[in-house]
Amino acid sequence: MPSDLIHLYMRIDHLPHIWCPGCGNGVIMRDVAVALDEIINDTDNDIDRDDIVIVSGIGCSSRAAGYLDFNSIHTTHGRAIAFATGIKMANPKLHVIVLTGDGDCSAIGGNHLIHAARRNLGLTVICFNNDIYGMTGGQYSPTTPTGDKATTAPYGNLDRPFDIALLAAGAGASFAARGDVFHARETTEIIKKAILHKGFSLVDVYSVCPTYYGRKNKKGDAVEMLKWQRDNLIPMSRFNVMTPEDMAGKKPIGILAENDFPEYTEEYAKLIERCRNKNRK
Amino acid sequence: MSKAVLMQGNEAAVEGAIAAGMRIFAGYPITPSTEIAEQSALRLPQVGGRFIQMEDEISSIAAVLGASVAGVKAMTATSGPGFSLMQENLGYGAMAEIPCVIVDVQRAGPSTGLPTSPAQGDYMQARWGTHGDHPVIALSPSSVLETFYLMVRAFNLSEKYRTPVIFLMDEIVGHMREGVELPNPSSLIINHRRPSFHDGANKQCYYVPEGQLVPAMKPFGRGERYNITGLAHDESGFPTNNTQVAGKLVSRLLAKVEEHTDDIVRVEEYAMDDAETAVVCFGGTTRAVMSAILEARAAGKKVGMFRPITVWPFPEQQLKARLPQLKNILMVEHNHGQMLLEVQRVTGGATPVSFLGKVDGTVITPAEILAKLQEMEV
Amino acid sequence: MSNRYEMRFAGSGGQGVILASVIMAEAAVIAGLNTVQSQAYGPEARGGVSKAETVVSREKIWYSKVTLPNFLLALTQASLNTYTKTLAEGAVVMMDDSLDCPDYLDKSRVIAIPILRTAKEKVGKAFTANIVAVGAINAALQLFTDEELMEAVKRHIPAGTEEINKTALAAGKELIDPAAAAAFVHRLG
Repeated sequence: MPSDLIHLYMRIDHLPHIWCPGCGNGVIMRDVAVALDEIINDTDNDIDRDDIVIVSGIGCSSRAAGYLDFNSIHTTHGRAIAFATGIKMANPKLHVIVLTGDGDCSAIGGNHLIHAARRNLGLTVICFNNDIYGMTGGQYSPTTPTGDKATTAPYGNLDRPFDIALLAAGAGASFAARGDVFHARETTEIIKKAILHKGFSLVDVYSVCPTYYGRKNKKGDAVEMLKWQRDNLIPMSRFNVMTPEDMAGKKPIGILAENDFPEYTEEYAKLIERCRNKNRK
Repeated sequence: MSKAVLMQGNEAAVEGAIAAGMRIFAGYPITPSTEIAEQSALRLPQVGGRFIQMEDEISSIAAVLGASVAGVKAMTATSGPGFSLMQENLGYGAMAEIPCVIVDVQRAGPSTGLPTSPAQGDYMQARWGTHGDHPVIALSPSSVLETFYLMVRAFNLSEKYRTPVIFLMDEIVGHMREGVELPNPSSLIINHRRPSFHDGANKQCYYVPEGQLVPAMKPFGRGERYNITGLAHDESGFPTNNTQVAGKLVSRLLAKVEEHTDDIVRVEEYAMDDAETAVVCFGGTTRAVMSAILEARAAGKKVGMFRPITVWPFPEQQLKARLPQLKNILMVEHNHGQMLLEVQRVTGGATPVSFLGKVDGTVITPAEILAKLQEMEV
Repeated sequence: MSNRYEMRFAGSGGQGVILASVIMAEAAVIAGLNTVQSQAYGPEARGGVSKAETVVSREKIWYSKVTLPNFLLALTQASLNTYTKTLAEGAVVMMDDSLDCPDYLDKSRVIAIPILRTAKEKVGKAFTANIVAVGAINAALQLFTDEELMEAVKRHIPAGTEEINKTALAAGKELIDPAAAAAFVHRLG
């Protein structure tokens, strides 16, 4: 029941949120809340609510940290993963979840993203990917498709876009996945798996921004944009059995990379043990 | 056989930090501060702490702030170019009131400059590097042993006032080795993190009781959920656009330091009782100044030394107290006149202030200081 | 500054002159003396000119740098040429004997010995040249006891290399004729 979820996991005093009508970010925030609810209530996980820390940067996505009733820190633009790195290093017991956006984590924060992935530090990064800088009014981001328009690309975008999930996988992330707003249930499951994954995990969740990206590019209203997601973002199980002709122009959602690499803070704990044993000798 | 060991200034910074309880170091190598990262990587796992080499200086200070929020004392170390990169998050630390220590082992600039040469050109950057009005505490050691003790003090002040403390070293002290006998850690006074929110009904994370200026700090993950932001925020820790609340917050942040200068500011004076000329200096420059003053005194000249150990806030009252007896002041620093501006501000034109500085990467010598004093007809 | 004894160690990066300077300073600490050690080098860890300085005194040392060295060790021609231009009166210059001694130096204050060759051929490892030098320096100046020097060396070498460094130290000492050393011995003021 959504209302229970809101009362349990959101800071009612700070709602309604600032997001525009039709924005996909609220759906992603709800996915995160549902995933956390299920994780906390499953005693097998032995995860306390106070062991969860939400870290965000700057941008539309990053306001989610203030709405979710957990330990939360809203940091500087692009640096959420770096703050999260310090939090995890200081207290590896904590489950550190970074809520970020396409600009926050792959433009100004791109360096931190690839290095956190490379280290395999046990963070979970949820990217609210709306293909645009929404907070500042519609400038192109590293995920804006080539040719699309933005206030800083009035003649169409010349840049080639990042695929953030594949970027993370390429940088060595032990868990990289793609989700979207339309497939909320599937995406919630993916987020759950990402949070429970030992090691660095990233879920690139395709949001919709009808206000800036949609309007600039004549994509229709929020419903139209969600229909596009329905028709073009295909859950992995279905995607894998599609014919090459049907696959054209479509992208799978689901887990793209999943590996059991050594987790950084666990390796560091072993290092501390080695140093102490040496000292004892 | 003496119990002392030969130790480098940069190593003493790490030993002092560990004695003060530093258990996380996040940094990025840069000459002449690199030994601090190296020594932290070696020493921290031995005491149950953790070292991480970040991808740049921006992430280094971000990780330090994150670690501090999670309840562990943390430090980073850099030099001028990296210190410039840290400025935005330094302001975040001031605004969100997150204790930590940032070491800047100054080298000759601007830009990449002379990477292995001494300078003190970051004095003003330490004060005004980040944007907006913000409190700053900066300390500057002049010997290896002082580096150890002053680092303990840096962490203590940082915890007490909930603000980043800048540890402003220079290449002279950072790369200098001296014999030191470190104290038993149990003999040191350490400010530990306050364990909980202020007593009473008000549980807001930035709640400041009447008559106080510093909110208590509770680490994440210990029972009470709260929010931290670099936006202007109210006592609950949430963003606000209320201009009165925002104004009050910035005023309180500044007052935390301004109203506690008696506690924060330390100076060292030498032969100042009957001095008619004061040589003002800080950090590694002190070494040449002291040699020169000893020679000048041997020649019967009434010269003394005035050294801010706390370089920010500038020891205004302490210098003012000396002005009536002084005929003139000589400011000696390895830059083009930065602390000079503070000295001139404090003297207000009433006492003549001469200046000796260097920006070519070489060290100011006692002979140059003596020549300058001669020129001033001291 | 008359009670200061200023030593300068010069060579090319990688020859270990900084470590030689550090070991002399560590020996001073062990002997209960005051010392300040510092160095100047290029931004890179290898190659280029390397210069290190150790100041020793019974009194508090303020100014940390060498102005007029009482002793110079030079392991390359460039460093020998450069740093023999500013020396204290009566300064002792120790140089590798493969180098050309500048004419203007007082030969009675120059110790030209095969430091590099001894390290390579007698000790068997070229990288021990700095330890050979340290052994020779102390045999000439006699600032510290052999025990103090060995302890200083031990504090700065990797575990497991004690034997080769002991050999290097002894080989350095043998390069100095005890009778001739009397002229170089320094007693701190």
